[in-house]
Amino acid sequence: MPTPVTQNPARTILEEMEDKVTSPEKAEEAKLKARYPHLGQKPGGSDFLRKRLQKGQKYFDSGDYNMAKAKMKNKQLPTAAPDKTEVTGDHIPTPQDLPQRKPSLVTSKLAG
Amino acid sequence: MNKIQSHSRGEYNVYSTFQSHEPEFDYLKSLEIEEKINKIRWLPQKNAAQFLLSTNDKTIKLWKISERDKRPEGYNLKEEDGRYRDPTTVTTLRVPVFRPMDLMVEASPRRIFANAHTYHINSISINSDYETYLSADDLRINLWHLEITDRSFNIVDIKPANMEELTEVITAAEFHPNSCNTFVYSSSKGTIRLCDMRASALCDRHSKLFEEPEDPSNRSFFSEIISSISDVKFSHSGRYMMTRDYLSVKIWDLNMENRPVETYQVHEYLRSKLCSLYENDCIFDKFECCWNGSDSVVMTGSYNNFFRMFDRNTKRDITLEASRENNKPRTVLKPRKVCASGKRKKDEISVDSLDFNKKILHTAWHPKENIIAVATTNNLYIFQDKVN
Repeated sequence: MPTPVTQNPARTILEEMEDKVTSPEKAEEAKLKARYPHLGQKPGGSDFLRKRLQKGQKYFDSGDYNMAKAKMKNKQLPTAAPDKTEVTGDHIPTPQDLPQRKPSLVTSKLAG
Repeated sequence: MNKIQSHSRGEYNVYSTFQSHEPEFDYLKSLEIEEKINKIRWLPQKNAAQFLLSTNDKTIKLWKISERDKRPEGYNLKEEDGRYRDPTTVTTLRVPVFRPMDLMVEASPRRIFANAHTYHINSISINSDYETYLSADDLRINLWHLEITDRSFNIVDIKPANMEELTEVITAAEFHPNSCNTFVYSSSKGTIRLCDMRASALCDRHSKLFEEPEDPSNRSFFSEIISSISDVKFSHSGRYMMTRDYLSVKIWDLNMENRPVETYQVHEYLRSKLCSLYENDCIFDKFECCWNGSDSVVMTGSYNNFFRMFDRNTKRDITLEASRENNKPRTVLKPRKVCASGKRKKDEISVDSLDFNKKILHTAWHPKENIIAVATTNNLYIFQDKVN
């Protein structure tokens, strides 16, 4: 047989009367209402349930998401070799042949 | 436990790991769909491979898990690493043979059942006809055929025309283990409805309604919340069903709708803590429950990594703990005791020192043996009955 839960020590008649009026659940309810006086009367109301239906939904911004994806792609492109000899005259240069452009002295406000 | 069957049981190890779902984005609603798996259900085994259904909030997938423990060797035109041989070097012919290899377990997705649920899927259940299964979200239940992914039938719809009138949501659903026309679904108000698919195509009207009458004088703000059923499971026999609400486990006889035949208190001492449990959201935790193979014992989880077992025949119950610090491997688990109030005995734990972040929501019992699986937040424990 499972051992019984520890019994309460000897109680006064007053305590027992109070118990009849306030079950532990009702005592907890009183505590909650004291902390949140604006709490609605019906916890099972439609507002409560609708919040429950939406619980856990994470909103995301598809614009932000695609920008972030694009940034990742750009980082993965091979960077041009830093020291390229000057190319003029003999053949049509390709982007890879051109030396890196020197950075502006003033950074454009549009640069990301 | 039958002492004659004293075969030694091996240890369990990870068999296979695979990614079932990936995070997705619903661009239309700007919502992220989490990859988190809500439910897994095994299909009955038909051949060497294992099949399971796994679901996240929106999509159900059928996975095939197969083993490979031998491979063909001795091809004539290919080297062992797959490169093709120069045909001019082939001077003899041989018959390739199968040779044993290290076990390889492969998981491959076989079906994807998508786009049938507006709300979050909370349950999947495979029918005893082994051809169909149901999936349930907060307001609807759909019936699928395992072979057909582009169509599903709606069998329960409790969405009111005006969402302001919403009073309850579906919390769990399960097919009857033997009657392929029967299923049940539980609600956030603590009721269970049994439906018969032969009665009509849309089972909005239940065949049976299981509800325990409540004493209106006991009603409080928390009454409805703690009566919400988090899990419903048929017994293997199909005669009974078990429901789990926040504080108790109830066994219902399908022949009696007006009250459960057995009620077991899981952690009644939490009734005087409901205010804090509401504030930290623990009151909304969804605990599962399970039967043992012979339907004689039921098990469910609690907090502080405790789990509880109730023997229906002897009416004895036990509290055990799934934790590495307190239990050495291969030792018998020590029963735990929570002290609700008053003087705490030695080895007892007071309610206030319980860790409410350590919750055991998922437990499972081997269908034939006394082996159980218990999931804590980060670990899976497998316990076996002591074998002499």
